[in-house]
Amino acid sequence: MRKLWDFSGGIHPPQRKSQSNREPIRHAGLPPKLILPLQQHLGSPAETRVAVGDMVLKGDCLAAAIGTMGVPVHAPTSGKIEAMSRQPVPHPSGMVDWCVTLIPDGHDTWCERHPMPDYQHRQRSDVLARIRDAGVVGLGGAGFPTSIKLHPPERDKVETLILNGAECEPYITADDVLMRERAAEVVEGLNIMAWLLGPELCVIAVEDNKPEAIAALRSAAGDTLIEVVTIPTKYPSGGEKQLIQIVTGLEVPHGGIPADIGTMCQNVGTAVAVYRAIYHGEPLISRITSITGNAVAAPGNVEAYLGTPLEYLLAQASLQSDRLDRLILGGPMMGYTLQSALVPVIKTTNCVIAAARGELPEPPPEQPCIRCGACSEACPMELLPQQLFWYAKAEEFEKAEHQNLFDCIECGACSYVCPSSIPLVQYYRFAKGEIRAHNDEQLKSDRARERFEARQARLEREQAEKEARREQRARAAAEAQAKKAEQTDNGGQPLDDRSAKTAAVEAALARKEQKAGKAVSDARKAGGQTGTTHSPGNSGSSRI
Amino acid sequence: MLWVMLATLPGLAAQTVFFGWGNLINVVWCIALAVGAEAAILKLRQRPLAFYLSDNTAALTGLLLGLALPPFTPWWVSAVSVITAIMMAKQLYGGLGSNPFNPAMVGYALVLVSFPVALTTNWAAPAGLLNGAPGIVETLGIIAAGKQTAIDAYTMATPLDVYKHEIGARVAEEVRQHPSFGEGVAKGWEWVNLGFLAGGLALFYLKIITWHIPVSVLAALAVMSMAFGSNQDLYAPLSLHMLAGATMLGAFFIATDPVSAATSHQGKLVYGAGIGLLLYVIRTWGSYPDAVAFAVLLMNFAVPFIDHYTQPRTYGHRKARRGIVRKNSG
Repeated sequence: MRKLWDFSGGIHPPQRKSQSNREPIRHAGLPPKLILPLQQHLGSPAETRVAVGDMVLKGDCLAAAIGTMGVPVHAPTSGKIEAMSRQPVPHPSGMVDWCVTLIPDGHDTWCERHPMPDYQHRQRSDVLARIRDAGVVGLGGAGFPTSIKLHPPERDKVETLILNGAECEPYITADDVLMRERAAEVVEGLNIMAWLLGPELCVIAVEDNKPEAIAALRSAAGDTLIEVVTIPTKYPSGGEKQLIQIVTGLEVPHGGIPADIGTMCQNVGTAVAVYRAIYHGEPLISRITSITGNAVAAPGNVEAYLGTPLEYLLAQASLQSDRLDRLILGGPMMGYTLQSALVPVIKTTNCVIAAARGELPEPPPEQPCIRCGACSEACPMELLPQQLFWYAKAEEFEKAEHQNLFDCIECGACSYVCPSSIPLVQYYRFAKGEIRAHNDEQLKSDRARERFEARQARLEREQAEKEARREQRARAAAEAQAKKAEQTDNGGQPLDDRSAKTAAVEAALARKEQKAGKAVSDARKAGGQTGTTHSPGNSGSSRI
Repeated sequence: MLWVMLATLPGLAAQTVFFGWGNLINVVWCIALAVGAEAAILKLRQRPLAFYLSDNTAALTGLLLGLALPPFTPWWVSAVSVITAIMMAKQLYGGLGSNPFNPAMVGYALVLVSFPVALTTNWAAPAGLLNGAPGIVETLGIIAAGKQTAIDAYTMATPLDVYKHEIGARVAEEVRQHPSFGEGVAKGWEWVNLGFLAGGLALFYLKIITWHIPVSVLAALAVMSMAFGSNQDLYAPLSLHMLAGATMLGAFFIATDPVSAATSHQGKLVYGAGIGLLLYVIRTWGSYPDAVAFAVLLMNFAVPFIDHYTQPRTYGHRKARRGIVRKNSG
């Protein structure tokens, strides 16, 4: 048995996983239309490569990756591009974003695929490029581009590769059934990742409430060096930082990444996506999603094409609208209430809970914080949530940052245990947002100030150079004059003509000098009037 | 809060058995006043009454004062204490959660310094001594009469008071002849303290309080007593410090008020140790025989400071961030 560590805090909410993990994975089939948001991941949105009216094949790239953090989007089935428009996407605010609408033609015809089963004989960069081109992102929740994660900085050597099968949030069983039914694919995916990273140790960590998944993985791992590790059920053991602590006893340093301490976490679903991309040449076009909650008569896990409207999946699971209280996307701890069931399944959609009345009620009205400390007992990051709350509420953001606000992983354990039912995480998100906005603003005004100061320096320099040149000219002229006068005196040349010319030149010089002086004072005056816009903190860039 | 109130029952029962009906009457009177005062000021502050009253914190403040005040405290002294606690110490600071000082102890300290006679001469003689405790009607009559001092026949100085004032002139053996000590440590008081200890352990078992504050209060008190007061002919012995006065009530029910206490575990240890230390210092070298209220209030002052320097180390940080916030440049 591998020695395991514990992380501090944590909670044991009711599991409610048996609602959805009793039936095998069902294929959701083809909905009448698929809505594919261009941004389903963490990073820059993809750029469309098709036009309205185009016919596409299953697996065709619809939108290409832009920038290093970009991830492409592929056609989940063959059909026709009906529209490119802004539509509701999964987001707590019910926001709209650019989506490609695809009408399936029903044939489900694949494009040409290029499997790479001999990946071990290829360049690592080719394999990484394939993973990127297949649109694979972390399927555990955040949607971080997998090819980037699998390519850690040169200085970091991944010694322990951890496959995250903890799935610690209540209700969700998508990874559970995936590990039960596709254990071999999980192991193959892990092998590919291990080949890329060359770790000394490969671990698949699963919470002890999933014995079937553990058994399936053990038999799939067989006599490989992969260790299937059973970890105690405790929320949030599936948090990246917590799982690393459980398996290795190490802490990811503040401001660092897991690779800095020689570890890396990947989700089991991601491993399967990598396997399919390499062995079958298939891009990420579907995922397993739990459809659960007491308001659906037939809960379970479905393999749904990306872009499938949730409404379609809920209807398949026999949603009883009269019992429905609210729809939650994700788990009850970190998920959020959906504004509409028309939003599509995206790469990170792991669960939809159709909660019946009384099942997951909205918390009662917030009461004052009495600093009882239940939250700090529950916090897996060893923060003082009560202090963070106090400073966030009072908008004392500097103090909140001093209390390590940005180490909060927003797991919601504190809100769960709060006897005053304070939605603590919402306060932290607010504070983080305000601080980020303030920092952006600060950066902008700093840049504006730098630009302004550079311009001011340039103007002054030019003015000084001009002045110097003029003085030099005046001096030269005066010298020449003096020389000539000397010559005249000595040579006894006619005076009248010369002296008249000299007088004229001198007069012209005086006029010019006067003019220049006026211009300078004018410029100073103008500078004084607009002086307020030059102070730092104001972005006076439009005036510059 | 309901559990905290229930947990005081063993102590209250012991008070009633050994010192008569006074504390029970005080408790009822103080709770009624506290809830009334809270309702009145919530109305003035235009806050929803039912929502805030249902947290039972005003009732708890009243209860704690009823337990802490001497059994024959005149009704108006209790009233001043309760109204100060609720209106001034709690609501004027913004209500529950915003008060820097323990409201009950503000109320207690105010009447202790304002009416020292009423707060020191009204302790009941333990049952079975003198005429024993008067009946419920008689007790009610004494409290309602509102005289600063109750009838001598029913009252007696507390063991802490006796020891403090007599040990200067006599040896321990002689001091302990005073009837207030009885056979054990301090007649009646030992059971009252054990009652509050039992209730406090229940709170710990129910995870309503953590062990940090009570343990550090008692440990600091014990350490101080062993370090300075080992000579019983000069100082009150450890057993008396532990089982007389308001030690257990203070350690488990007063000092553990989370609103006015330090936040982190380490902070709580410092905070509790400070209370234990001050408790011993004031009891031994100060003018008052007991000192829970002053010790708690003094440490309430120190809480923001303690919190600054006891912030725990966060996951992923090499060491804890402590001290004041350093402003970022720019």
